[in-house]
Amino acid sequence: MEQHVVGTSVPRKEGRDKVTGQARYVDDLTFPEMLHGVTVRSPIARGIIRNISFADGIPWEEFTIVTAEDIPGRNAVTLLLDDQPYLADGKVNHPEEPILLLAHPDKHLAEKARLHVRVECDPLPAVFTIEESLRRSAIVWGEDNVFKSYAVEKGDVDGAWTAEDTIIEGEYTTGAQEQLYIEPQGMIAVANPEDGVTVWGSLQCPFYVHKALLSLFPLPKEKIRVIQLETGGGFGGKEEYPSMLAGHAALLAWKSGKPVKIIYDRAEDMAATTKRHPSRTRHRTAVSKQGKLLAMDIDFVIDGGAYATLSPVVLSRGTMHAAGPYECPNVRIRARAVATNAPPHGAFRGFGAPQSIFALERHLDKVAQAVGLAPEELRLRNFLHQGGTTATRQAIREPLQLDRIMERAFEISGYYEKRKQFAEHNQNRPRKKGIGFSSFMHGAGFTGSGEQYLQSVVGVEAMADGRARILASSTEMGQGTNTILSQIAADTLGIPYDQVEVGRPDTGEVPNSGPTVASRTCMIVGKLVESAAVGIRQTLAGSGMLTEPYTFEQFRDACAAYTSRFGPLRSFSQYQTPPGIHWDDEKYQGDAYAAYAWAVYVAEVTVDTVTYQVQVDDFVAVQEVGRVIHPVLAAGQIEGGVAQAIGYALYENVVWQGGRMANHQMTNYIMPTAADVPPIRVHFEETPYAYGPSGAKGIGELPMDGPAPAILSAVENATGVSFCHIPLMPEAIFESLAKASVWEAEGTPA
Amino acid sequence: MSVVAKREVSFSVNGRPESVQVYPMARLLDVLRENLKLTGVKEGCGEGECGACSILLDGKLVTSCLVPVLQAQGSEIVTIEGLADSGQLHALQEAFLLYGGSQCGICTPGMIVAAFYLLKQVPHPSEAEIREGLAGNLCRCTGYQKIFESVVRASNHEEVTSDE
Repeated sequence: MEQHVVGTSVPRKEGRDKVTGQARYVDDLTFPEMLHGVTVRSPIARGIIRNISFADGIPWEEFTIVTAEDIPGRNAVTLLLDDQPYLADGKVNHPEEPILLLAHPDKHLAEKARLHVRVECDPLPAVFTIEESLRRSAIVWGEDNVFKSYAVEKGDVDGAWTAEDTIIEGEYTTGAQEQLYIEPQGMIAVANPEDGVTVWGSLQCPFYVHKALLSLFPLPKEKIRVIQLETGGGFGGKEEYPSMLAGHAALLAWKSGKPVKIIYDRAEDMAATTKRHPSRTRHRTAVSKQGKLLAMDIDFVIDGGAYATLSPVVLSRGTMHAAGPYECPNVRIRARAVATNAPPHGAFRGFGAPQSIFALERHLDKVAQAVGLAPEELRLRNFLHQGGTTATRQAIREPLQLDRIMERAFEISGYYEKRKQFAEHNQNRPRKKGIGFSSFMHGAGFTGSGEQYLQSVVGVEAMADGRARILASSTEMGQGTNTILSQIAADTLGIPYDQVEVGRPDTGEVPNSGPTVASRTCMIVGKLVESAAVGIRQTLAGSGMLTEPYTFEQFRDACAAYTSRFGPLRSFSQYQTPPGIHWDDEKYQGDAYAAYAWAVYVAEVTVDTVTYQVQVDDFVAVQEVGRVIHPVLAAGQIEGGVAQAIGYALYENVVWQGGRMANHQMTNYIMPTAADVPPIRVHFEETPYAYGPSGAKGIGELPMDGPAPAILSAVENATGVSFCHIPLMPEAIFESLAKASVWEAEGTPA
Repeated sequence: MSVVAKREVSFSVNGRPESVQVYPMARLLDVLRENLKLTGVKEGCGEGECGACSILLDGKLVTSCLVPVLQAQGSEIVTIEGLADSGQLHALQEAFLLYGGSQCGICTPGMIVAAFYLLKQVPHPSEAEIREGLAGNLCRCTGYQKIFESVVRASNHEEVTSDE
């Protein structure tokens, strides 16, 4: 029976619970005899703990108190390098470092007690910026403050600088950004030596948490269970930190013998959990008089904070995207992730790519100007095409027409007309209008050989009543995992959408389909759902119980017959690299991603030269993401990402004081409201991808990459000033325009 | 040091009379969530910025994290749990479900209550009125476009039922 639910906007699977307030998030659950846990953190950025004391006025005997000494296993949050402790053991490396945990039945008393623990430290020299870290004014990590470095080499960059060509240099910087999911992080744990450890929480990657708990407790892996509850947004912020939080809740539960809940309040969540890596990128580019890119030398540095956490892989994705969707014969990318004494920076939608793409797109506007070309003309002369190669020498095999995507974006936005119109409009007007764009790509799935290492598995179970259940650890956090995986399963099995359900991500019940990150859920996990569902069909056909074509009733009867005769009908599928995909970790060369999404975004702004505020008036996002599985959800991903990136470009300024976020409140860290976002007009060019489910690729991170450079390009168009740092705050515009008007009055400086 | 005693506070919630023994300065948010198990009311920031805890108090839209429970004495409260009519979704809930107004869902209850309040004031709001009316409710997932669309659809109830 032919079903076509892929490509339609069916209601979100868990939507009814969400719109009625019935969906259960971690803070909505209460266990009998549950304690509330709180975290005592470092008073300084870096130093040696000299003394911990407990002030009077608190009934300390009623509290469960956990320090590093109480840890039954290894005191390291297992991830890539295992350098981060669950609880500081003698030394602290950032001002939010957890030192001690408290639990009590009364959450208000627990919070009061937290303020009565006094930690005294002898300070050590600390570093707080990329420059200080590179200068090694203090060595705060390893031998040289460098977590990881990569070198990409294509062609001969040193031999490419010649006198006839124009050489353009530039430096671009980006600030930290808070994920600001509206549900703060939280976890509940039950733990004892007999039953093992079970945690319920708000998290993206159940098996990351599972792996982390496995080394924290002396238990076999089947005695550790991680269950994801409804998760109120993640954006990468709940990729790695939940391992820390689960460990803390479990340590308190283990010692107290009671269930323990830890819910961060907004201030603690913003200050202590991971944020987007700040970055600094230097470009040196040779371009011919005809506007052909001849050589690109890129130096990309990100600030990883105090521990390595995911910085090596964030750096990797940033590196892979640093040269963009352009063909250039000679490319060198030198990339480093360095340590500072701030809380570790981590995963955030885009994962390094928004930083390096911001730098490249700003720089190419500068390159265009240097050779007297319009910014779009420079891009058109250098876009990658089918048969071309990226910086890592990945040959583009699929049909790729970035010029068409650009044309479409310019058509919808009225780009050319507005360029002309605004030039006239801006004469002697204090509110100046501008339009700008960016062109970019985003790789779907893990970088390099990542997917091969993951070897993800997905199961589909056909039940006796004809319903199908998807078994995967991929989590729903708003992006639509439950819905799109169900659509894919429904179409593959040829049964109605409402006959498919998604099992709760519970490490005791589902196989490891990998983490829910890296724009991989639709393309990679969706494909596994498709092949597992094909397995069900083949098994039923092979058993002779089902003949194609069939109706749902026949399918249901076949499932009933099969399960009563042979028992449960389950089919599992494991990741296989698509043909022709090769990555060389040694040379850092090859197919960085199995597939890319491609896009051109156009932003229209008004810059008020009295208040120095920028308002985004209109936004057009055109992208090619393969086949669209669910138009409403897909557009929702783009719109949400664009809004988040508008915040990144213009509003979201993390103020640092000695490694600590000073504005860790929603009152003074400003994210876009309904009144701030422009109409966001989303258009998909659909070119089916041969190895994605129903032709789909990845989508989630893409919209985070393009808006910031497009907006700053529009600001340049409006004001004539090229800004190279985000967030672009009114103060920076004031300083620059005020200077310019002084120059006008006094003559241009020599 | 003076000791503050718990006292009885009475009000109606979603049409039902309720009486709770609470500290007078307890946040109405906590009383709704903990004493009355109305966990559809969410906490996002605790300082009245995000609007996840939005409810109606005597017909006015408030952030319940900023309301001491004593202030609710004798009042009529409406939460997200009170919008659906014996299992039948309110037009706004139906529209948020069909048109992508809800993603992760954590802002959804407060957002729908705020939209409910808006439509009571302005049955057919313009886009500017919707933007302004919902500017006190933060959403990090949607970029607000699908929320605007959901509110427009709900404001014209017939469209909600006729499409798809």
